Amino acid sequence: MLKEEDKIFKNLYNNLGSSLEDSLKRDDWSNTKELISKGREWIINEIKTSELKGRGGAGFPTALKWSFAPKKIGSRPHYLVINADESEPGTCKDRDVIRFEPQKLIEGCLISAFAVNAHTCYIYIRGEFFNEGAKLQEAINEAYEKKFLGKNACGSGWDFDIHIHFGAGAYICGEETALLESLEGNKGQPRSKPPFPALVGLYGCPTIVNNVETIAVVPTILRRGGKWFASIGRPKNTGTKIFCISGNVNSPCNVEEEMGIPLKELIEKHAGGVIGGWKNLQAVIPGGSSMPLLPRETCETIKMDFDYLIAVKSGLGTAGVVVINKDADIIKCMARISRFYKHESCGQCTPCREGSGWMWRILERVVKGDATHKDIDLLSDVTKQIEGHTICAFGEGSAWPVQGLLRHFRKEIEKRCFAEPVIKKKRKIPYLIDQHLLESKNAKNYDKQ
Amino acid sequence: MTLKKVHDKQPEKFEFTKENLELAKNILEKYPKNQKKSAVMPLLYLAQNQNNNWIPLAALKYIGKFLSMPYINVYEVATFYTMYNLAPVGKYFIQVCTTSPCLLRGANEIVKTCQKKISKNESDISENGLCSWTEVECLGACVNAPIIQVNKDYYEDLDQKSTEKILDGFMNDKPLQFGSFRNRKSTAPEKIKSKLNGAEDA
Repeated sequence: MLKEEDKIFKNLYNNLGSSLEDSLKRDDWSNTKELISKGREWIINEIKTSELKGRGGAGFPTALKWSFAPKKIGSRPHYLVINADESEPGTCKDRDVIRFEPQKLIEGCLISAFAVNAHTCYIYIRGEFFNEGAKLQEAINEAYEKKFLGKNACGSGWDFDIHIHFGAGAYICGEETALLESLEGNKGQPRSKPPFPALVGLYGCPTIVNNVETIAVVPTILRRGGKWFASIGRPKNTGTKIFCISGNVNSPCNVEEEMGIPLKELIEKHAGGVIGGWKNLQAVIPGGSSMPLLPRETCETIKMDFDYLIAVKSGLGTAGVVVINKDADIIKCMARISRFYKHESCGQCTPCREGSGWMWRILERVVKGDATHKDIDLLSDVTKQIEGHTICAFGEGSAWPVQGLLRHFRKEIEKRCFAEPVIKKKRKIPYLIDQHLLESKNAKNYDKQ
Repeated sequence: MTLKKVHDKQPEKFEFTKENLELAKNILEKYPKNQKKSAVMPLLYLAQNQNNNWIPLAALKYIGKFLSMPYINVYEVATFYTMYNLAPVGKYFIQVCTTSPCLLRGANEIVKTCQKKISKNESDISENGLCSWTEVECLGACVNAPIIQVNKDYYEDLDQKSTEKILDGFMNDKPLQFGSFRNRKSTAPEKIKSKLNGAEDA
């Protein structure tokens, strides 16, 4: 369990106040100038020692990402972009950082921007977080007044500006290249990579895109040393992490804990246990809706870090833990997640655009009891057709949860797929376009033809 | 991708008010001079706020000219993102999150309450013209599920009873204070009365 003094976000619940004055008491901005004067190399090395991995879902080593930025500013300016487009179902950590620890984020922006040679930073907040964005703007204004931002920011000799840009309700804009497209004033459709944003990003300039939580922990790491951060958790899975525990638990909450905390401890100690007791647990989605769910047997022993969860064919993702107990209909729950992906697909790649809707329709049929045994294999096939055949990771994000459901709850699905085939006549249905004919209300007319 | 209906009755003209024109100029300063296009999203918000929370086509044309970008690109952006309303919504636009974490905690009840109190169908404006409701995808406050967003504010930790109270407030044009409806402090764990499996009080 994480010691109180090792917590980075001491004001996660707003017990201490979020204004600049209050933040100064919590050591924010205490020796920023000194940290910056130690130079780029030192900052990147210290982050490398800390083994900080990106907190936005993919878990890419932060120091490595920063080192991709060109060492010197060429003809094009560099940009730092903060990804605050938090829309993954089950995740709500960035909202609290923005609301209650804005100065940590702003200070982190300055230091990271210095490390990657950027003079301008855009914070891309999802449009729904209007009040949170307004709070952050207030915090930024306060920082400008104190000369922590602007020309010669914080006396470091580095000019630095932060701008907020609001999104407008598109989940896909959390993907870094889609976010850049959106920032440029286009619809948010991901670009193919390479070239990676570190070389060709916003307006074609070198751009580093990082998650809110990643940037907000940077000042504390530098202050207390990379070694301190690395001492928490286990190698390659270090540090602290905000876990969001939602769903069927007695007291859903956000909590900062060390990496590698056992899932059972997280649920029992912090979230008050599963509703109806641990025995009533059906499954847990460990890392936001994109990650495959895990059945109860696995949850008994599992530890929450990147490598451990990959070993059980899931992932830490954003650490949004969604608990599903036996009172809930798991297939209905996953069908709803599929509907989410169908709704949020940007429509650029065919496998994802068509497949996400297809998975949803099949799962809805299973929920209603209209599905046949054949549908199960079809569903599995569709997920395989999406995975790896799209420009961005949204394809995997929509296919994995369904694959997880099939892997662990196939029997449950089979029990409910008892319907007769809706089309009695033997006819070949074209693979993609006529899927709607498999819905019972449409099939009746088809049989008459 | 969402299906969006463009309203059939469109005003002929749209122009920013003086104050908004000032704001628009400030917004443009955020972005590099040769990248005016970046301002399209904030300007669409501005137009939406000015025009009773929905954007007429004339505004899209106006913004296109304002940023010297083709009309179709503005249209593309306005139809891609869900938060731009291209048809009128109620003065209180109630958005119910029904994605899985909220669903697990009873978002369906809230949808039913909306159907009962406001209008049977999604996006229909209530009879008194004050409210309309819609289902939306994850609002990003899963720990406080189920939640609704009304215009810019989050109403958290709801159940059927509190939703009824909230909706009554809006239908009578007397909005309640937003925030948690279980007297809870932000996302902190609540005190639990019975100790479960030897777990300490959170």
